[in-house]
Amino acid sequence: MIRFDAVSKRYASGHEALTRVDFEVDRGEMVFLTGHSGAGKSTLMKLIMLMERPTQGQVFVDGRNLNRLSSGQIPYYRRNVGVVFQNHQLLFDRSVFDNVALPLQIAGNSPAETGRRVRAALDKVGLLDKEQHNPIMLSGGEQQRVGIARAVVNKPSVLLADEPTGNLDPELSAEIMDLFRQFNEVGVTIMIASHDVELLKRMNKRVLGLSHGQIVHDGVVW
Amino acid sequence: MKPVRPNRNRNDQTPPPARPQGAVQSKSRLGDRFDAWMGHHSTTAIDSLLRLLRTPLQSLMTWLVVAIAVALPAVLYIALANIQNIGYSWQDSSQISVFLNKKVPDNQAEALRQRWAERTDIAAITYVSPAAALEEFKTASGLGQIVDSLDENPLPGVLLVQPSLSGSTPAGLEALEKVLRDEALVADVRIDMQWVKRLHQFMAVAQHVVTALAALLALGVLLVVGNTIRLAIENRRDEILVVKLVGGTNAYVRRPFLYTGLWYGLGGGLIALVLLTIGLYWLAGPVAQLADLYQSSFRLQGLGFIHSLQLVLLAGVTGLLGAWIAVGRHLSQIEPQ
Repeated sequence: MIRFDAVSKRYASGHEALTRVDFEVDRGEMVFLTGHSGAGKSTLMKLIMLMERPTQGQVFVDGRNLNRLSSGQIPYYRRNVGVVFQNHQLLFDRSVFDNVALPLQIAGNSPAETGRRVRAALDKVGLLDKEQHNPIMLSGGEQQRVGIARAVVNKPSVLLADEPTGNLDPELSAEIMDLFRQFNEVGVTIMIASHDVELLKRMNKRVLGLSHGQIVHDGVVW
Repeated sequence: MKPVRPNRNRNDQTPPPARPQGAVQSKSRLGDRFDAWMGHHSTTAIDSLLRLLRTPLQSLMTWLVVAIAVALPAVLYIALANIQNIGYSWQDSSQISVFLNKKVPDNQAEALRQRWAERTDIAAITYVSPAAALEEFKTASGLGQIVDSLDENPLPGVLLVQPSLSGSTPAGLEALEKVLRDEALVADVRIDMQWVKRLHQFMAVAQHVVTALAALLALGVLLVVGNTIRLAIENRRDEILVVKLVGGTNAYVRRPFLYTGLWYGLGGGLIALVLLTIGLYWLAGPVAQLADLYQSSFRLQGLGFIHSLQLVLLAGVTGLLGAWIAVGRHLSQIEPQ
């Protein structure tokens, strides 16, 4: 589903964020990405999101070579990749419902279809009763769940999460992780960046360890 | 820490089996997509208008700036059109007036008219007898009573000569004038075209000035709208980033700003129209009175429906263009990092 083929990324500043990274994630797999800050986790995710392009090597997602995607095709590609951010990236000028509906509106779904799917997604994350609230009125954990609802509402085949539990206490983290696990169980390929070692151990999933831009670990937690 | 494993083999844990039925990429039918696209256009149009109305003072300032920039050249255009209107009634004086000697009887003048009418360089020729000329003067000048008090008719007979196309060239005109002047019955020949030409020349220059001014002010509208849109883009940076991250195309991101520019333009155009209408209404009375004093039926002409529509649309297009330029310059700089 996701394949990195000798991928290197060097920024214009000269900093080499990734050096010849090779790995493959199967369809329906759930993988954690870990490493100290600056190890290249974010860069790796940005390459999958096409927020950055590799300096060398190739990235394949769902059989497509991302190097071959023109900038005009990027929006359509991104609709198949859900993203969850540490800082949620919610818009506070609109309701929870409208936040979650955004990807569907962009993809051109009818209002009826949008309403149905948004409620299904909000129901899944347990926030159906807050659809008309402004996200600023919600707690951190709830905001993150809105972010997850927005990421999955379009039924993407790949879900990326960058430190999704970074600001949450362990109990809320567990709830969020449980959500990810449920999505994974219905076949969504999931990649989560996290430096929370306790969490990684508890989840007992495959972990890719990054250090100085290279993969230094591949397997369940060491 | 486990040793480095550069190979790509999976390990320790077997991954769950691939389940293609799980994540079905969402696709909607083409018709639905078109409906949604249209729907997005209308909601975006309404939403951007509501956004403008939510900050009424700020929007009004921009609208007024646009309105003034639109109204100024429009005022000059209207003034010019009205002057031209007056000019039209004088237009046919591109004819030659041949004043006959006094005491030339009507039958001789008529014979001369018939003789000249056969010339190829004369398109038309009419004879105005002294009596008819006096009558016309009485009604046109408003000096009826004074004229009535005259003992005798001071006006000579006049042959009004309309040169044909071949007679209208400067050389042809000169030759014709000489022929007319050499006739024994003729006292004087006047070619009234000179000042009409000057008037036209003046109008052409004025028209160029108005066009140049309009272009300059249109540039001003572009800059004002462009700058306002730039600020709007800056204010909605977060939203733009999120939209781009969840797969919004550039067209989708651009749309609300383009509509905002269109609204600024159309709103400014409408306000300009209101200002013009008020101004014309205010001037129409005095102008009519002035015209009456000169016994003229001249009345101030406004823009008319079609021209008003054109004015508003033109303002709208200019606003749209300003937004387009700003969006093109600033939107590409906002990319998710």
